[in-house]
Amino acid sequence: MSHAVTEDAAPSAAPEPVAPKKKAALSEGKKAERRLGWLLCAPAAITMIAVTGWPILYSLLLSMQRFDLKFPNRTEWIWFDNYVTVLSSPYWWNAVWVTVLLTVVTVAVELVLGMSLALIMHRALVGRGIVRTTTLIPYGIVTVVAAFSWRFAWTPDTGYLAKALGNDPVLTEKIPALLVVGLAEIWKTTPFMALLLMAGLALVPDDLLKAAAMDGASGWQRFIRITVPIMKPAILVALLFRTLDAFRIFDNLFVLTAGSQGTSSVSMLTYNNLIKGLNLGIGSTMSVLIFIMVAIIAFVFIKLFGTAAPGSDDGGKR
Amino acid sequence: MAGIGGADTTGKKWGWGVLNAVVVIYALFPVLWILSLSFKSSKTLADGNFIPREWSLENYQNIFSTSEFTRALINSIGIAIIATAIAVVFGTMAAYAIARLDFPGKNLLVGVSLLIAMFPQVSLVSPLFEIERSMGLFDTWPGLILPYITFALPLAIYTLSAFFREIPWELEKAAKMDGATPGQAFRRVIAPLAAPGVFTTAILVFIFCWNDFLFAISLTSTESSRTVPVALSFFTGSSQFEDPAGSIAAAAVVITIPIILFVLFFQRRIVAGLTSGAVKG
Repeated sequence: MSHAVTEDAAPSAAPEPVAPKKKAALSEGKKAERRLGWLLCAPAAITMIAVTGWPILYSLLLSMQRFDLKFPNRTEWIWFDNYVTVLSSPYWWNAVWVTVLLTVVTVAVELVLGMSLALIMHRALVGRGIVRTTTLIPYGIVTVVAAFSWRFAWTPDTGYLAKALGNDPVLTEKIPALLVVGLAEIWKTTPFMALLLMAGLALVPDDLLKAAAMDGASGWQRFIRITVPIMKPAILVALLFRTLDAFRIFDNLFVLTAGSQGTSSVSMLTYNNLIKGLNLGIGSTMSVLIFIMVAIIAFVFIKLFGTAAPGSDDGGKR
Repeated sequence: MAGIGGADTTGKKWGWGVLNAVVVIYALFPVLWILSLSFKSSKTLADGNFIPREWSLENYQNIFSTSEFTRALINSIGIAIIATAIAVVFGTMAAYAIARLDFPGKNLLVGVSLLIAMFPQVSLVSPLFEIERSMGLFDTWPGLILPYITFALPLAIYTLSAFFREIPWELEKAAKMDGATPGQAFRRVIAPLAAPGVFTTAILVFIFCWNDFLFAISLTSTESSRTVPVALSFFTGSSQFEDPAGSIAAAAVVITIPIILFVLFFQRRIVAGLTSGAVKG
């Protein structure tokens, strides 16, 4: 609705200044530039704020009400009771630990694997195109599809992995199930990590590495002393994106375990309370808590970034 | 360093060949497995063999004979294309302004889109569920398109502004010198130069929309707007004794085809697009 209006306005701003404002154009140039800037950004800004701004406030409001769609008549303000309920629930804390564990373990493994993959893609003498093309497949494939592939692979009788490992129902026990979920996550997202790291590798000057090799530095020393420090901003960006993304883990868990046997992540638990349980109050409370946790993670990373944070350079005219 | 690329080149090449093979197998194994599963006949579905013993198309015939899948496919395609088109148009306009123009509030916009990129999507699901229900958007195309645009915009803005910064700035100046307004300079000079970047962004945004599961499963309830990833998770098989694995596998293969095509034809662009926003040269 509002988009249509601003979309029309943007092009119409262009022809206008030509004729009537020609004289004032030079002194008005700055103003025209400002106006154009705002007009061009308006549709994007309005959409993003409309779809996130009000809902965020609304979820704060919902989180302070008893609001269960199964009992709509009993809706009332209960302030922080929902928070007390959630924060004293063992299910919630189990989900928090599962999420943190999955995030830390998968991101750490992805960093190591992703770095190796980035080095392979960066340095490969032969077949660079094939490697880059195939690694994009896990990145691009629909997460649910990949998750089903893993689920069937581990399903007793149906799956080749299950067959190879004696048809144990691995997905019905907490720890093995989490391992499988972690594996699926790592498979899917390592290529993305590798691509971000590869962009950082491209910034390392070859001359510097050669000079170090002349001075007798071993391959490992060159990597730790030269490559890693130069790529630090790229590593931090990759870690930030992947950490926040891993923290939202939902698709893989939904397909692989549906959160049974205490394998729920915070997203999974929120979904179960909200869509399955239709308890908007509790669901929103969890939403707010997840938001706070993500904000803390992002804050810590941005402190680490300093000026290397994406978007901190002002970009504009050079 | 003559030693590095000298005598043992063939050995090195073999080494790289092995490494490449490891990477390719790693990346393709799960895809080949679901492909193999989709071609198994119902008798051999549960034999646990990696390669089908009996090839058949019955799984594909099954899914294309039900509206459960075909309708979901139409929803997926329609929703992803509309959301991509809108996000790319809005993103192009905003990225142009960010890369080329000077105006107050620019950093705020960059900050807001960064925030949205990091935002835990599940936090939006509960309020959107209730808001869309009261506005009649729940279980409709626009109900999914709106959040998709919102979460695709940061990606579009970042990728596009990185591309736009590499476009020769002087050309635009020259156009302005010849009397073009900033708007005309944008349409006539920069837009054609920007087309490859816009195209790349469109691919990335499409992949994002195509992939989404959380919004799709939370904000839909019937066939009218359910997308394929969600429909997959509801497949039950035509009778309660039938294993839905074959149908799921076949449907999974169908929605993987566009991804494979993108990757095969636009590998370079996708890599450039994914890495451009992340590192400032």
